[in-house]
Amino acid sequence: MSKIYDVIILGAGPGGLAAGLYSGRYRVSTLIIERGKDGGQIAITDEIENYPGQMLEGESGPSLIARMTQQAEKFGAERVSDVIDSVELDGPIKKLHGKKGTYECKSLIIATGAFPKPIGCKGEAEYMGKGVSYCATCDAAFFEDLEVFVVGGGDSAVEEAMYLTKYARKVTIIHRRDELRAAKSIQEKAFANPKIDFMWDTVIEELHGDEILSGMTVKNVKTGELTRVDADEDDGLFGVFGFIGYNPRSELFADKLEIENGYIKTDDNMRTNIPGVFAAGDVRVKSLRQVVTAAADGAIAAMQAEKYIAEQE
Amino acid sequence: MIELTKDNFEEEVLKAEGTVLVDFFGDGCVPCQALMPHVHAMEDTYGKQIKFASLNTTKARRLAIGQKILGLPVIAIYQGGEKVAECVKDDATVENIEEMIKKYL
Repeated sequence: MSKIYDVIILGAGPGGLAAGLYSGRYRVSTLIIERGKDGGQIAITDEIENYPGQMLEGESGPSLIARMTQQAEKFGAERVSDVIDSVELDGPIKKLHGKKGTYECKSLIIATGAFPKPIGCKGEAEYMGKGVSYCATCDAAFFEDLEVFVVGGGDSAVEEAMYLTKYARKVTIIHRRDELRAAKSIQEKAFANPKIDFMWDTVIEELHGDEILSGMTVKNVKTGELTRVDADEDDGLFGVFGFIGYNPRSELFADKLEIENGYIKTDDNMRTNIPGVFAAGDVRVKSLRQVVTAAADGAIAAMQAEKYIAEQE
Repeated sequence: MIELTKDNFEEEVLKAEGTVLVDFFGDGCVPCQALMPHVHAMEDTYGKQIKFASLNTTKARRLAIGQKILGLPVIAIYQGGEKVAECVKDDATVENIEEMIKKYL
């Protein structure tokens, strides 16, 4: 017989780790399951300047997460690394079926977060890390004096495009509409930057290359015209960075929980429509997705989970 | 962990006998920093069977591109001068890397 945990937390980002800390302190048996690296999106974030108290020199997303993990473990939260394939949420014992085994709990806190939206063109997976990237701070340096294309028109796309001009010879923003969605102040800076160019009303259809990305086919969404864009012969390659927003990681729960635009619906106490199942952080419907709000969600969810378990006994 | 440069990469990796693991990282790459301690821990476990090395791609950009590396982090396995396996970006998790290493022990 496997152990039945009081609380299982799915995801070890700020929401899940805060929930783990609070659950541990409530002295309920707690397991945190993470599929990849701890931290979620903040694991690819260089600077975290808006989390209260986060002012240490040289502090990055991962070091903040490492301290959160330590703190949760200090209060007894157990950890396992596994990918969950399916869940059974009905009844008093919830079951999670993973690659390594099945996990059982009385209450579940879903803190699976969100991940960068793919650009959605042919060849994207094939050229991941071979020219396609969603992380400018990771990969900008490879494109020193080369050409780079940025897909998107919001704040992050335009800001990352400006960051990329520190390295790239030329940065072209590819946007499906004829105007940017980014804040006016950010737009002004981009329009004034001589290295930034625009391809309006355009989407990428397909990426081409031989092991590394060196060409693409783009489509004008108004005229339907297809154009082939190839890397400068001397360069032999270019970069494509996608910043078109995030998708919630909620597919496991799609036919079980109430979902709105992919995000899990909860009440103010993080309760979903199934008793004993809670959601916290970026994966739920909310107005501000930040480390500080994810952590707050996690604390509330843990408190409600403890209350739920006590009521069941 | 052997520190690789553009000067010793050929000798330490491409001309090396046996199996070499290369941790490709970069100066601004936050996930690379997060991964590094785990790779050091794996060296403690598997370091006798596999040679562990790391390359700062920020200082060896052309060399990295020559190895078809254009995104970080990458943990790669080399045998006989060829890259035979790699875990790239999101796939470069501790689990996946360990699984890859075990295939080449």
